[in-house]
Formats: sequence, C-alpha cells, structure tokens
Amino acid sequence: MVTTVREVLATVTDPELPVLTLEDLGVLREVSVDGDEVTVTVTPTYSGCPAMDEIRADITAALAQHGYRATVRTVLSPAWTTDWMSEDGKRKLREFGIAPPGPVLLQIGRRVSCPQCGSADTEEMARFSSTSCKAMWRCRSCREPFERFKEH
Amino acid sequence: MTAVQTDTDTAVYALRLGDDALVLAQRLCEWAARAPQLEEDVALLNLALDLLGQARSLLTRAGELAGPDPNGTVRTEDDLAYLRDEPEFCNALLMEVQSGDFGRTMARQLLVSAWQVPLWTALAASADEGIAGVAGKAVKEAAYHLDHARSWVLRLGDGTAESHRRLQQGLDDVWPYAAELFERDALLDRLVERGVAADPALLEPQWRATVQAVLAEATLTVPETTWRPTGGRRGQHLTGFGYLLAELQHLHRSHPGATW
Repeated sequence: MVTTVREVLATVTDPELPVLTLEDLGVLREVSVDGDEVTVTVTPTYSGCPAMDEIRADITAALAQHGYRATVRTVLSPAWTTDWMSEDGKRKLREFGIAPPGPVLLQIGRRVSCPQCGSADTEEMARFSSTSCKAMWRCRSCREPFERFKEH
Repeated sequence: MTAVQTDTDTAVYALRLGDDALVLAQRLCEWAARAPQLEEDVALLNLALDLLGQARSLLTRAGELAGPDPNGTVRTEDDLAYLRDEPEFCNALLMEVQSGDFGRTMARQLLVSAWQVPLWTALAASADEGIAGVAGKAVKEAAYHLDHARSWVLRLGDGTAESHRRLQQGLDDVWPYAAELFERDALLDRLVERGVAADPALLEPQWRATVQAVLAEATLTVPETTWRPTGGRRGQHLTGFGYLLAELQHLHRSHPGATW
C-alpha cells in the first residue's frame, strides 16, 4: 500500500472544528497495524461530545478507502486534556477565529488574546457556546465576538 | 472485546451513578428553548450533554458488569435507559425533583454539583477501572457545572428582593432531598471496603462546606428540616417520575429498533 496509515489519519478532522486533525486535537492515542488490519485508539474530549461518533465513523471510512480494515477503540483513561493539543493545532484555531487554550495549570489571571486583532482587552460573555469545548467571548478593542476553546 | 468479569455489586453501583446522570440530564433538557436567556439555554443543555455522556459510559459499564442474562444477552446502554420501568431505576430523588423555576433549577444544580466534585475526585481512584475512567473526565465537568451554579446562586440570592425570595424558595424545596446522597447501605459497605465506591461519610463534610460558603455569600439561609425523603436507590420514586420516563422512553418503545 502506497499511502501509510498515518497519512490517511492525518486527513481525518474534527467535524465541528474542521481545521483540526485528530492528532492536532490530541484525541488520537494509539495506532497499530497488522497487514491491512488497523486498530486505532481514540479518547473523547468531553464525556458527551457528539462529534466522537462521527470521528469513529470517519476513521473507519477513510482507512477503508485505502484498503485498510479499521477497528476503533475508545479509552477514557487517562482523561483527555487541552494540554494534548498540538502547537500547530493552536495556531490553526487562532487563524480560524477561535482563541486557543493555554496551559491548564496556569489559568488564573490569564489574558485571552482576541484572535482577530490580538488585543488582550477581552471579556467573557457566556461560559458555554456552540460546542462543549468552547465559551463565548468578545474583544473590547475591535468589538468582535469570538469563541474561546476552554482549558480542560 | 475481552469479556468483563461479572460483578453484581459494582454493576448496581455503576447503575446508580448512571441513573443519577441520566435522570438529571433529562430534567435539564426540559429547559430547551425555555430558559430565561439564550446563553442560559445553551448552558443548561451543555450541562445535560456532559451528564448524558457520563450516563452512557456508566450504563454500558453496568451492563457489562451485570453479565449476560439466561439468554446470553448483555444489556446495552439503550436497553438500560429505555427498557426499564420505574422501580428498576435507582437514581437519588434529588435528580428527579421537578425543575420548577430557574431559581429551583440552580439550587438543585448547586447541591448536585457540590456533591459530584468530591464524588468523582474519590472515584477517579476507584478499584473499578470503568468507573475510574468516567470519574477522571467527570470531575472536570462537574467542577465547571459547580462554578456555573455557584455564579447564578450568588447573582440571584444576592440580587433583587424577588430573585432572593425565589432562590430561597427553590433551595427550601430541594434541600431535604440532599440527605439521601449521603446514605450508606449494605451494598456501599461492601464496595467501600473493596475500594470501588466512595465513602459517603467522607463526601459530606466537603459538600457541606462548599454549599454553606456559597449560600452565606449569596445571603441565603441554610434550610432547617428534619424531613429526609428517601427510597430512590431502592426504586421508590416521586410522583412526577413516571412522566419523566414516559418522555424519555416513548420514542424508543414505540419504534423498537429504529435508527437514524
């Protein structure tokens, strides 16, 4: 097979955050290959994240297109954290208009930069947003609202 | 999949935890399109979504641990959520108390989340790896829920005369049901001994400290009552529970095997 499993998996993205690959998001935990049999282990972000069902189906479909038979396993432990998101993923989120998460242990007093204009003069409008992983913020400099990927 | 060793006691415990999460999620979903503001609609349903995710994992675990029935069938999360009747549900009564107004909903959420944070913290080290796995994720979600409930209890308790009155009323309504969370029975005796379950006696002081601190700051009064309703863990439920189950289950029961 010409296309490696890793190359195929790099094309699978989060259906709700299409700029992020599974590896960027940090949910891809393990891949083992035995001939054309592939076992992919993933871990959910939030307990109830509905994107996980889509992600499992997308992994199986993408690998099937390249002749692999995939089994997707889900493990809960150790629990996913935003600290597993890649630096490349955080850059892509910012370019997509979403403020990326900072380190989980350094949250107190942290300034959140506006992904549009870079100003640190921002404020939270709502603790929850369109998906489990985000909150609603706005920038007081450029007046644009934006979503923030919460540290978790 | 490797077969899970049958463990009836732990299965019942996982079912209790799963039912708590499922039933409270259902109550919170009743707020869909009815919350006082759009942001709060989104917030309440996000709380419900986290709880529903926890419930799915816990009910799946309960089914595995209970093992196959005489026909060799292991009950799935859907079997357990949709095909059990009222006396088979073992959630705490606090989860099924009617949501009432927004004040009562937030008072209930404060009492539940302030219990879940120490509960999941303890269970992250449970001897049952399935429960420990759920707990490791749920503890972060519960902490966020607690923070949200706390902010509303403060805002409404220490708000206008009317918001204070309604939050105090909601708190008085739900308070008696909290005592059941700290009851210990023979099952818990065995599971605490084995390191599977959290010891309720160790959870109560932390729960009380969290709740009392929030209520004091919110200028609310800790209710005094000797009434301690109980029975949820044994399948005895409040009057409204049948209606809740009817709404939860009717689609699945009307169209067995339907998918989309």
